[in-house]
Amino acid sequence: MTKDFKVIDEYYEAGRKALKSYVTGFVLAIFLTLVPYFMVVNHALTAQNLVWAVVLLGVLQFLVQVVFFLHLSRNSRSHWNIIVFIFTVLIVAILVAGSLWIMYHLNYNTMSDSPFNTNEGYIPQ
Amino acid sequence: MTTKTLIYPVRDREGSQREPISNGTLHHQEISREESYHADNKAIFGFWAYIMSDCLLFASLFATYAVLQNNTYGGPSAGELFSMPFVLVETLILLTSSFTFGLVTMYAHHHNSKSKVLAWLFVTFLLGVAFLAMEVTEFAKLAEEGNSWQRSGFLSAFFTLVGTHGLHVTAGLLWMGSLIAQVMRYGLDSVTVRKLSCLGLFWHFLDIVWIFIFTVVYLMGAI
Repeated sequence: MTKDFKVIDEYYEAGRKALKSYVTGFVLAIFLTLVPYFMVVNHALTAQNLVWAVVLLGVLQFLVQVVFFLHLSRNSRSHWNIIVFIFTVLIVAILVAGSLWIMYHLNYNTMSDSPFNTNEGYIPQ
Repeated sequence: MTTKTLIYPVRDREGSQREPISNGTLHHQEISREESYHADNKAIFGFWAYIMSDCLLFASLFATYAVLQNNTYGGPSAGELFSMPFVLVETLILLTSSFTFGLVTMYAHHHNSKSKVLAWLFVTFLLGVAFLAMEVTEFAKLAEEGNSWQRSGFLSAFFTLVGTHGLHVTAGLLWMGSLIAQVMRYGLDSVTVRKLSCLGLFWHFLDIVWIFIFTVVYLMGAI
């Protein structure tokens, strides 16, 4: 019986930890949503700095949600989940950065006659 | 009595609960949370693999959006189109729904409390419906003003990206409705708890995708 109670205590302890994790995650997520929002709405920085700030806060927000909501870093049992996750992040980075890189240079290197091509990357020779 | 809170009854695929075990003292075979976790590990890992492949779908759409966002064809740009307070409310609603689903997971895994699981599932469902209603309103307003997906490359990419997310939320809501019915009927057993775990991953994932939409489409657009 004492063993059972010990187990119960552990489960309730785990429950408390889970709640704490969700509440912490929620508070941080709200904070990391409101800060970039008001920075952008009030034009708190120059445009270039705003872009960097928004990207940085977005990445932080992403990490907060992965750690506190998806609980990816919790235990060794999610070992394979983490490996698949890291692989996916790698592929996503290659896909997005690669697409932007290629398209930017395509715009830059191609003479375009279209009056509607408003890409800033396009510089007429 | 109290140990009951730690174990789930096992249910097979046909939906009937298993035969009593030999000593006849239990009405159905029960397994510990730990054992059930390991049994479900594969199912949840498989679902996680699906979510990761879904990430690639969204990554393609984000890349498309990033490439096309300046191709407005003389039409309005992101900064001119969107109402920021509206989007902020949308974001906060989805964020809260992700948190309330966390409470569902907690009550299912650590307290085995059917009534609380159902209550928070219902709250999450309502928040999801509110989010979806706001998104549909935004789309309808844009289309009404002549800024539908046919207007420009930018708007095609916008509607595809945000619409795909909305489609996922719709699927999540249908799934959630079905799970509410299943928990009401079967209670918290090995099958419903496993399904709740998968839906939880899905829902948090949709929240994370929305954070990227909020950042890349709306915040970057308004700068």
